[in-house]
Amino acid sequence: MTRAPVIGVLSLQGGVREHLEALTRAGATAVPVKTATALEGLDGLVVPGGESTAIGRLLRVFDLLDPLRDRLAAGLPAYGSCAGMVLLAEEVVDGLPGQPLLGGLDITVRRNAFGSQVDSFEADLPLDGLDGDVHAVFIRAPWVERVGDGVEVLAREAGGHPVAVRSGRLLATSFHPELTGDDRVHALFVDLVRSTMAAPTPGGAP
Amino acid sequence: MTSTPVPGAVTGSGTVKRGMAEMLKGGVIMDVVDASQARIAEDAGAVAVMALERVPADIRRDGGVARMSDPDMIDGIKAEVSVPVMAKARIGHFVEAQVLQAIGVDYVDESEVLTPADYAHHIDKRAFTVPFVCGATNLGEALRRIAEGAAMIRSKGEAGTGDVSQATTHIRTILGEIKRLTVMDETELFEAAKEMRAPVELVRETAELGRLPVVLFTAGGVATPADAAMMMQLGADGVFIGSGIFKSGDPAQRARACVEATAYFEDADRIAKVSRGLGEAMVGISADSLGAGELLAQRGW
Repeated sequence: MTRAPVIGVLSLQGGVREHLEALTRAGATAVPVKTATALEGLDGLVVPGGESTAIGRLLRVFDLLDPLRDRLAAGLPAYGSCAGMVLLAEEVVDGLPGQPLLGGLDITVRRNAFGSQVDSFEADLPLDGLDGDVHAVFIRAPWVERVGDGVEVLAREAGGHPVAVRSGRLLATSFHPELTGDDRVHALFVDLVRSTMAAPTPGGAP
Repeated sequence: MTSTPVPGAVTGSGTVKRGMAEMLKGGVIMDVVDASQARIAEDAGAVAVMALERVPADIRRDGGVARMSDPDMIDGIKAEVSVPVMAKARIGHFVEAQVLQAIGVDYVDESEVLTPADYAHHIDKRAFTVPFVCGATNLGEALRRIAEGAAMIRSKGEAGTGDVSQATTHIRTILGEIKRLTVMDETELFEAAKEMRAPVELVRETAELGRLPVVLFTAGGVATPADAAMMMQLGADGVFIGSGIFKSGDPAQRARACVEATAYFEDADRIAKVSRGLGEAMVGISADSLGAGELLAQRGW
């Protein structure tokens, strides 16, 4: 008896629709999440691309930071793309002073690392765990400057900086697989979520 | 398109240009005239700022020819904020657009708010790496701009008035025309393309998607949190606020309120909460009182 995992997409601002569609194609029940009550019953969460400063501020103003941090600390699997990677990072370089973050992923991220929009690009990259390159779309994208213990690097950009990482139940990419129609990264996350549905939650939290 | 040092990497592609706008959805883009306004906008949660020398209300008041802003002024705003910086070029003024691309703005607005430089042609936006947003009052106009390479559309409204009625008309018109396309058969789509003076491929794509193939924001006259939320409930992907914020009594608070109302546009309790004690809204001009020659939305062809 297996049910489809219920995966929320944080829907305060940004590329929400694309993630909802990609998750649905990857076999999940995808739901938009805007309130703390909508967090109940989720098996996983996607933090989409957008402006991390805007999303972070809305998280704080609408009292979502603590409920989300609590769920992540209790083992809720999460995937962040672009701004989502920034928000899941423990530390940000070139962010706003005091910019609110969800944290949880022991990495340091540089915002807009590749430059302004005229430097945004798409390229094919190998990604550990996937056969064949993934087509990666980088839009004013961050990269990872430091990875902590236990953080696995899944892909690097041409200059060597990590652009896809995984640590336990957290997955993050600098790029936007949700813009390409290639749902393999989402499938990877849906598999991760499924594996946690079978396993007991660490710490016995909800 | 140009290639970067990254092997096989492509900049300025349709995906990269349109994708950038997708990341702005659900957000507010604010007009700012200097670094201190840009700081207020970013701190309030703006997803991008539009750098210009005069907000539309002042352009309207001052008259004369309105042109691209001084690159120094745009650089000052770029240095202040981490969110994307947009800037306006005159309709058809492809060299202003080249300059804006050269100084590294994140998005160019080929805008009717400035005085047009060409009364027949728009900029060939496909020739640029930087993406463009363009105004439209109806679906045909939107699709013609997309055919020219626009990666984002904003309904025009009537800039600098604080009167939301024209924004309402334009977003309703565009979305209503899309709705009608979705029930047409192939033969009717050809006829619709002809009537709208738009490429049939784009008309067909729009009909299949049930939305524009690019992000659709609303602009022109939005002045309150309730205005912003109304545009979102009508179906806009996000909102531009020009004069509405920095021509009001308490710009920082109004900016925050508009961001919050745009994010929670379907939640009347939250909109009520953020609407309290905002102070003076911009005074405004009824769009109805403007003469035909004063309507900026009529610029664009």
